[in-house]
Amino acid sequence: MTIPATDNTSETAPSKSEAGITLEILRYIPGTHSEPTFQRFEIPYVEDWSMLDALGYIKDELDSSLSYRWSCRMAVCGSCGMMFDGVPKLACETFLRDYYPRPIRVEPLENFGIERDLVIDQEPFLEKLESVKPYIIDAMANAPSGKPGAPAGHERETIQAGENRQTPKELALFDQYSMCINCLLCYSACPQFGLNPAFLGPAAISLAHRYNQDNRDQGNADRAPALNEEDGVWSCTFVGYCSEVCPKSVDPASAIQQEKVRGATDWALSWLLPKGAR
Amino acid sequence: MRWKHHEPFFWSLFGAGGVISAFCVPVMVLLTGFLLPLHLLPEAAYNYESLHALAQNLWVKGAILVIVALSLWHCAHRIFHGLHDVGVSTGPLARTLTYGLAGLSSLALLILLLTL
Ligand code: SF4
Ligand code: FES
Repeated sequence: MTIPATDNTSETAPSKSEAGITLEILRYIPGTHSEPTFQRFEIPYVEDWSMLDALGYIKDELDSSLSYRWSCRMAVCGSCGMMFDGVPKLACETFLRDYYPRPIRVEPLENFGIERDLVIDQEPFLEKLESVKPYIIDAMANAPSGKPGAPAGHERETIQAGENRQTPKELALFDQYSMCINCLLCYSACPQFGLNPAFLGPAAISLAHRYNQDNRDQGNADRAPALNEEDGVWSCTFVGYCSEVCPKSVDPASAIQQEKVRGATDWALSWLLPKGAR
Repeated sequence: MRWKHHEPFFWSLFGAGGVISAFCVPVMVLLTGFLLPLHLLPEAAYNYESLHALAQNLWVKGAILVIVALSLWHCAHRIFHGLHDVGVSTGPLARTLTYGLAGLSSLALLILLLTL
């Protein structure tokens, strides 16, 4: 994209003579708006501005009441997810130039409650995340001085218990799933989550899978109840849009299918094994 | 853990049926839908006796059962979950109609093959 010929000012200090672009932002401030309504903002078009830069310009220069989440500006913190023309993306890695000269619709992430403007309510997701215990459980059980199945004692959690080895091959089993930044784009992309908010959802399942696949972890059975529920992995119909929108190439759809295979094996064993051994 | 539902059973049949639908069904469609009616197959394929003898082989019976029944279970599961997607309630009625039809057809096929 080239700056129009009439333009001879610097890109970072836009003036009114420059080309502009329109942002239609869904606004909702509890107590002020009775329901979410679109508001148009005309802003200067700057080729290297990300959406986050554009929102920052609006907040600094046009309307300081605009609310949105952000922090890292580099696709690491996962806080700036929102909808651009109906597609979930990170504001910090989406650029005005990919839409110019058309107006851009900016909305909060779909399938979530709106707290204020572009800020969504993450609480339901955080509860789901907690339910899959996304951390290594009983890491030292297989360390040289640890006994499998023994309760995690403080002294076993120290380096004296020996080192916990992991080969590159074992790392590769979960590496990609550990890249999730909890940006929730996948939840906005998921039609099943849209229909059934109780669905555990792509990111929570990917993180459960990440720990289930980790050879240092002993927590598969602790995560099974949340995963094996009907609203766990079984609500997924493998649409695959979650993996398409994921900014970190986590491929949640693949994690879910692999956890379905694990679940189906558990289910078959529950019939085959005697009661006590299940 | 205790299972309060049997979704893994239906999903496993769906998954197996998916593999069959992807790899075997196109070949069967090609054979029975195009090559056979267009008279492009060897003479023996148009002889009732030889086809009947082929279908009586235990391995062929097994293959027919697997290809047809698993494809039906695959379809039933797709339709059942597809109903949910288009906003139709997926209560016991939809479950009975979809999986019931697949189950009954599989049973009918099994009886047919056993009595062939
Ligand atoms: S799986 Fe991908 S899209 Fe979903 S929350 Fe994690 S990083 Fe975001
Ligand atoms: S600001 Fe951190 S991911 Fe966009």
